[in-house]
Amino acid sequence: MCTDCGCGDVNLVPLELQTRILARNDGMAAHNRTHLREYGVFTVNLMGSPGSGKTAVLEATARAFDDGTKLAAIAGDLATENDAMRLVHAGIRSRAIKTGQACHLDAEMVHHELHHLDLDGVEYLFIENVGNLVCPAVYDLGQDVNVVALSVTEGEDKPLKYPTMFAKADLVLLTKTDLLPHLDVNVSAIYDALARVMPDPLIIPLASRQPGGVDPWITWLTQRRAAVAMELVAS
Amino acid sequence: MHEYSIVQSLVDSVAAAVGARDAEVHEVHIAIGEMSGVDCGLLITAYEVFRAGTLCEHASLTIDRIPAQWHCPRCQQPIAKGAFLRCAACNSPAQLAAGDEIILQRIELEVA
Repeated sequence: MCTDCGCGDVNLVPLELQTRILARNDGMAAHNRTHLREYGVFTVNLMGSPGSGKTAVLEATARAFDDGTKLAAIAGDLATENDAMRLVHAGIRSRAIKTGQACHLDAEMVHHELHHLDLDGVEYLFIENVGNLVCPAVYDLGQDVNVVALSVTEGEDKPLKYPTMFAKADLVLLTKTDLLPHLDVNVSAIYDALARVMPDPLIIPLASRQPGGVDPWITWLTQRRAAVAMELVAS
Repeated sequence: MHEYSIVQSLVDSVAAAVGARDAEVHEVHIAIGEMSGVDCGLLITAYEVFRAGTLCEHASLTIDRIPAQWHCPRCQQPIAKGAFLRCAACNSPAQLAAGDEIILQRIELEVA
């Protein structure tokens, strides 16, 4: 309030900031990333709609890695630990995050859970995010890659409806392709939609219930983990 | 709906910026990109609910809405939203030049 002349006008002082509102989350994500890379863990943020097949992909991933490769997972859901239990039964060292009403995981939640997860010898950590194609795209968790599971039953234009999620994806896993003979789905329309929201679309079709149905995904994981390891050595 | 969580972070960011100053927050300016994953309408609703009892209680919120702009990182040619996200000239993957902002731009403080 101006007290110089008694006019009563307020004295306003602008303070330029230009800071990211989620800077705190970004800082915690960077901490998680550093911690996980120190352990030699390649981390995947696996996102997708409820029912897109995220857990089934990870169960099949555990079956496909039959060479003793150690896998770990953090599974987020609003309620129940069912997905984490499925992953434990599949042989994946897993923890559950029950978010209550929160529609996404954030870096703080993941950081807390990492304190309870034995990472010794683990090569891959899968963070199965809350089933949702909107909110999880906003939060960096400290992952190396973003992977989105999109099932063939979800509609050909799903990527156009949720562009932010797919624009941030390093890879889209097109799941449940073994159902295609029973569906009236034009797969090329899904690819077309992805090319309009993903600058460099990379899509791997999967059939998690079929023998060998996730082999291309295993190859991709192995190659990407090796590439990150080489980057770290080079740096 | 993650907009409540965004508002929580916004209020925390404003508090950190104000620090120990003896000042009231009069206005908060933010930038939200079309491809940020944040819905401005929901954010405004969340702000109206959440600011009560915080140092933003009497601060109006101004949002600069940033449209998505794709371009070729090599040619700098614009690539239309909804088109294939590849440069027609050099086939490079498009890059988001603007539209993913979730930025606290500035605050206006009312000082004694």
